[in-house]
Amino acid sequence: MSTKDTVMKDRRNPLKTALGLGSSQSGVGHWWTQRVTAAALVLLGLWFVATVLCLLHADYATAHAAVAKPWNALLLIAFVLTMFWHAVLGLQVVIEDYVHTRWKEVVLLVAIKFLAVLGALACVLAVLRIALTP
Amino acid sequence: MAEFTLPKNSKIQPGKHYPAKGAKNPRTFRIYRWSPDDGQNPRIDTYEVDLAACGPMVLDALLKIKNEIDSTLTLRRSCREGICGSCAMNIDGTNTLACTRAISECASGDVKIYPLPHMQVVKDLVPDLTHFYAQFASIKPWLRTQSPAPDRERLQSPEERKKIDGLYECILCACCSTSCPSYWWNGDKYLGPAILLQAYRWIVDSRDEATGERLDDLEDPFKLYRCHTIMNCTRTCPKGLNPAKAIAEIKKLMVERRSP
Repeated sequence: MSTKDTVMKDRRNPLKTALGLGSSQSGVGHWWTQRVTAAALVLLGLWFVATVLCLLHADYATAHAAVAKPWNALLLIAFVLTMFWHAVLGLQVVIEDYVHTRWKEVVLLVAIKFLAVLGALACVLAVLRIALTP
Repeated sequence: MAEFTLPKNSKIQPGKHYPAKGAKNPRTFRIYRWSPDDGQNPRIDTYEVDLAACGPMVLDALLKIKNEIDSTLTLRRSCREGICGSCAMNIDGTNTLACTRAISECASGDVKIYPLPHMQVVKDLVPDLTHFYAQFASIKPWLRTQSPAPDRERLQSPEERKKIDGLYECILCACCSTSCPSYWWNGDKYLGPAILLQAYRWIVDSRDEATGERLDDLEDPFKLYRCHTIMNCTRTCPKGLNPAKAIAEIKKLMVERRSP
């Protein structure tokens, strides 16, 4: 579209365009949560890597027993929940940055939330099944 | 989606060559040219300039080209001393002011000059800054108070005044905003580093009494939080300012006024 067409179709004052729909009064919660979950993931991630390294070459029964320990099960659930939470916040930013067709943006933003919740629930269920079955 | 290739009518074609005959110290300038009037694609024209008969700055070379070689070359310039911000353009791969960038500071080889990136071009090196200026107006860049006007000046302590150092020097040349990928992709809603630095200049001013309203107006995923600390703004600022830090300070204040 040439500049001339834009001028003809958009007779608003440039300030009206710049103001848009105003501030949505949100964003700080998202920003802060992303940082807090990132900090939590540093600790949980270190713990997770250390735990997995300890289980290298372990047989099925040993690994099963390790996950079934209450502290390990608790931290593992905390790790997967924080990870999915952080991932969905990060993906949201990427989609908002790059997807500029409104309907695609909305569909993707809702879809990643559904998938993250589903993924987190599946992980929690898996850990609980191991931890709670005798 | 974000566009990673130029539209067909923006693809750059090779342009004309203007050799400098008998030059003692020639230097080649490759300059982006586009006119809205001829229906042609943009092109790169090549000008050889004799530096022996030219001032030291890129602006000197541009004006020499306009005055002596090709008067159709279009650019903005005014103060020629880095205070008006008119001659902001992309020189040698970096957004900067033509008047304060020495030709000798440019990398060896041809000096490449383009308009500020990812803006609508009015002609040649002149970008359309209408939306940028409207975004500036949208943050109400003036002192806002509730207390009655005093009989004399509103006083500031030297410490309070110090807080706007590194902010008040901004000349709104748009080098930082147009270097920011977030501003390229979402410039319609994201305010960009220049305007956010200006917003912070009023937020941190001890005399301004609209701090809460100013923060309210910025609290938005697009207006403020499109900043992903890429830091191009701080790297490119021809005045040596730090818009990225100003934005970080705004984000800190946003957290400070709520329960963590």
